[in-house]
Amino acid sequence: MTQLHIEALAWAPQERGRAPRPLLQGVDLHVGPGEFVGLIGPNGSGKTSLLRCAYRANPPDQGRVSLGADDIWLRSARWCAQRIAVVLQEFPDEFGLSVAEVVAMGRAPHKGLFDGDSAEDARHVVQALAQVGLAEQRERAFASLSGGEKQRVLLARALVQAPQLLMLDEPTNHLDPRYQLELLQHLRSLGLSILASFHDLNLAAAFCDRLYVIDGGRLVASGTPQAVLTPGLLRQVFGVEALVDRHPLHTYPRITWITRP
Amino acid sequence: MRVGHSTAAYRWLIVLLSVVLLLSCLIALAFGPASVPLAKVAGIVGQQLGIDMPGEWSQSQAHIVWLIRAPRVLLGALVGAGLALVGSALQAVTRNPLADPHLLGVSSGAALGAVLVMLYLGEFIGVFSLPLAAFMGAAASMLLVIGVARRNGRMETDRLLLAGVAVSFVLMAVVNLLLYTGDQHAAASVVFWMLGGLGAARWHVIWLPALCVVLGLVTLQMLGRGLNALMSGEQTALSLGFNGRRLRLQVFTCTSLLTGVLVSLSGAIGFVGLMVPHMARALVGAENRRLMPVSALLGAIFLVWVDVAARTLIAPQDLPIGIATAALGGLFFIALLKR
Repeated sequence: MTQLHIEALAWAPQERGRAPRPLLQGVDLHVGPGEFVGLIGPNGSGKTSLLRCAYRANPPDQGRVSLGADDIWLRSARWCAQRIAVVLQEFPDEFGLSVAEVVAMGRAPHKGLFDGDSAEDARHVVQALAQVGLAEQRERAFASLSGGEKQRVLLARALVQAPQLLMLDEPTNHLDPRYQLELLQHLRSLGLSILASFHDLNLAAAFCDRLYVIDGGRLVASGTPQAVLTPGLLRQVFGVEALVDRHPLHTYPRITWITRP
Repeated sequence: MRVGHSTAAYRWLIVLLSVVLLLSCLIALAFGPASVPLAKVAGIVGQQLGIDMPGEWSQSQAHIVWLIRAPRVLLGALVGAGLALVGSALQAVTRNPLADPHLLGVSSGAALGAVLVMLYLGEFIGVFSLPLAAFMGAAASMLLVIGVARRNGRMETDRLLLAGVAVSFVLMAVVNLLLYTGDQHAAASVVFWMLGGLGAARWHVIWLPALCVVLGLVTLQMLGRGLNALMSGEQTALSLGFNGRRLRLQVFTCTSLLTGVLVSLSGAIGFVGLMVPHMARALVGAENRRLMPVSALLGAIFLVWVDVAARTLIAPQDLPIGIATAALGGLFFIALLKR
């Protein structure tokens, strides 16, 4: 099984006429085989930028991103897409693709220029849609789905990619509690290596094996949810007061925000 | 009305549209100032293709049908197919449903090339002068647009659209200035060319657009998966293993060259490249590898019939086909909106 290794990563957006201001600095992160790793941090802390560096969208200015023994920047985008699937917060569709067509795109990294769509591709699509509970919706227009259904279609597309590593950018956005839990339970059951960013810290605590906390482009803490999610860290990074205790039914921590009356 | 995902239904649709296109071409040969009945048209075409057909026709009828009308109908079908194909690909790659083949300033560049030749150089290499100059202008304006749109070695879609519009305006200003100050006789022939027409079609030039349309279709079909991904977003395309920047450059180059060849032979024909892809999407959906062949066939059928209208509405004169596509297409679209 492959692992994702990020070492001493620094990245700054390219803007003309301005000295590059690094958005990520000195980031060391790894995801082991079958591990579910969460990335948390306030808005603008660099979560999305870090994920982009990890799925070969943002070329790092310093440091190295490797999958197994391979530096992903010495490999092609296609090579990466055969191994890393990404579920993004991006679903523009002005033209009315159907659900099955959106999911079938996930086969692209495994197809040559002259390959048609095979029966095996169709089977992958049907299987993935069944896995996310949308088998009946395959002919529907993607644009007509609810936000939660769209999110699940994009997960189906990632599964069709047959990846070793799955990355998700705030996968539980747009989902109601039932689908949040279903999605995350489903992700856990896949046995894939997963790196996902979260806004909801209780969800992150409940499902992740380990968490990384990013603030101002630097990792400020990492470890198990119990070790990381302390009132002190929540105050320091998110600027809010919270009670942290053990979840009544499980071993992971539970965060209760303290609001002023 | 939409053809589902069954491959069999899609194949039948392609067969049906191909038959409609062939019949349309044949029937279109019967229209024109000199009337030639359909049976004789079939006989003349059959004879040329080496099939013995019953019936009699005069030498001049054979001449009109085979040497004048046939290349014209064929050019109409090719231009319609090519423009619709280019429109489909550009709409996908720019994620803009209003993108059309003239988006990248190709038509204004072609117009400038045509004006310069007509006003200053004359037909320096015979009948090919105008098409050649138009094509050079189209290629130059395409490079100009891509050059303007690039920044830091990157090329974003929004910038490209804006660059296309800006370059078009500047080039058209030059064209209009030259027309306004230049020799009025030459200017009139340039204006006539700009309105679009298939009158320049001859058998000895038809191979060029035919080759370009076929190559364009094959190339864009190969890029089809990438077009689908790019249609869903930049990051999505990347996460599926496509280099968006390179893919866009490939599509822009391919479509600009194809448009340049077509525009140089037929003038700037609007509407086909903008609207036909939307009609095709209503039939088979937005998946580009399914869409583009249907779009090309519909475009071909559409332009063959519009050219029939252009030849008959004010016969014996030709109505410039650009006027006919704009008028018919616009009315058709209004009818669709009001339904």
